[in-house]
Amino acid sequence: MENLISIGVRSIFVDNMIFAYFLGMCSYLAVSKKVKTAFGLGLAVVFVLGVTIPINWLIQQYVLNLGALSWISSDFASVDLNFLQFIVFIAVIAAMVQLTEMAVEKFSPALYGSLGIFLPLIAVNCAILGGSLFMVGRPYNLGEATVYGLGSGIGWLLAIVALAGVREKMKYSNVPAPLRGLGITFILVGLMSLGFLSFLGFAI
Amino acid sequence: MSTAVAEVVEKKSEPLFSKKNRKLISNPLDIDNPITVQVLGVCSALAVTTQMEAAVVMTIALTIVTASSNVIISLLRNTIPSRIRIIVQLAIVSLWVILVDQLLKAYSYDLWKQLSVYVGLIITNCIVMGRLEAFAMGNKPGPSLLDGLGNGLGYGLILLIVGFFRELLGGGSIFGFKVFEAMNIHYTGNGLMLLPAGACVIVGVVIWVQRSINGHRETH
Repeated sequence: MENLISIGVRSIFVDNMIFAYFLGMCSYLAVSKKVKTAFGLGLAVVFVLGVTIPINWLIQQYVLNLGALSWISSDFASVDLNFLQFIVFIAVIAAMVQLTEMAVEKFSPALYGSLGIFLPLIAVNCAILGGSLFMVGRPYNLGEATVYGLGSGIGWLLAIVALAGVREKMKYSNVPAPLRGLGITFILVGLMSLGFLSFLGFAI
Repeated sequence: MSTAVAEVVEKKSEPLFSKKNRKLISNPLDIDNPITVQVLGVCSALAVTTQMEAAVVMTIALTIVTASSNVIISLLRNTIPSRIRIIVQLAIVSLWVILVDQLLKAYSYDLWKQLSVYVGLIITNCIVMGRLEAFAMGNKPGPSLLDGLGNGLGYGLILLIVGFFRELLGGGSIFGFKVFEAMNIHYTGNGLMLLPAGACVIVGVVIWVQRSINGHRETH
């Protein structure tokens, strides 16, 4: 249990998807103009990460790893399907995003209306695929992988809502014209990332 | 395989390097830069630039993937049903990325280790997907090839600039060559430049300089 809390806290603050690995920067920069839409997209990312990482963990353990297929028959003990990792992971992610989209459309048309175009975009958010690839490189079990997925998502949500909050206030400040928009946003992200450095070495 | 396809195309369309087509390569270098103007592919641009060598390899990998996927999607553009186009694009892109990844692993294992997940993340690199959606789905293979090359090079340009400053100020070297030591100057590397924060600020400043020169403006 302590282990799970530690992984959760680490993935939210220390190994933050944005501030430590720059994953999902494209939609992070593009959709962080308003807090409300940023929050909606963040929630969708939390959900998709929380679902796809455990699924990809199962696939990695029972299909892709060297000898993972030996649960079918001992003939497959030397089969290594790791080279298929990318295409399998991205297929799982695209399928899950499609399913999420259909479920949201059916059960909550209001939320679907507000998320709209952002939902399909999540499939090409690097944070999702990056989360799965990082998970493979670490010795997690299923529970830990799930917590890691949710934690990374929450870290991403935190980062995008924080940036959107600052950018809403930026409207009132007099930024030099060539720096307006993207330029100042990058510098802001840099400063926020500097702030998040203070979580380094933070453990429970 | 891609070169074979590309050569056939070049023979058919005579004015491949017409003025309009040359723009496809030169625009992404400056006024239509994928990173600083279109805001695509930022993740890997920041992550792999601590050393210039990694930045160069990443640029080559991305340019190959973008150009070849552009050509294939452009050849298939009239047969892909629009509802499932994202997954078709992802499948084709990931095939190319798997090829590049396996090649890197085989011939340059240290760099492959260093780039870690970022080679795999070319699949979801917004430049590749963005150019497929915005260009290859509506254009012939020849221009699509050029567009892919141009955007790959535009991406590489920013990577090299950012990588240059990060490696020089952070580690005191360029392409692994210790510049300050060679000039007998004592230099203690500025660790901040190697951290994510330094990368973001450098990109911000690069954008500032570029926009001051070419006059591109944004209203908040």
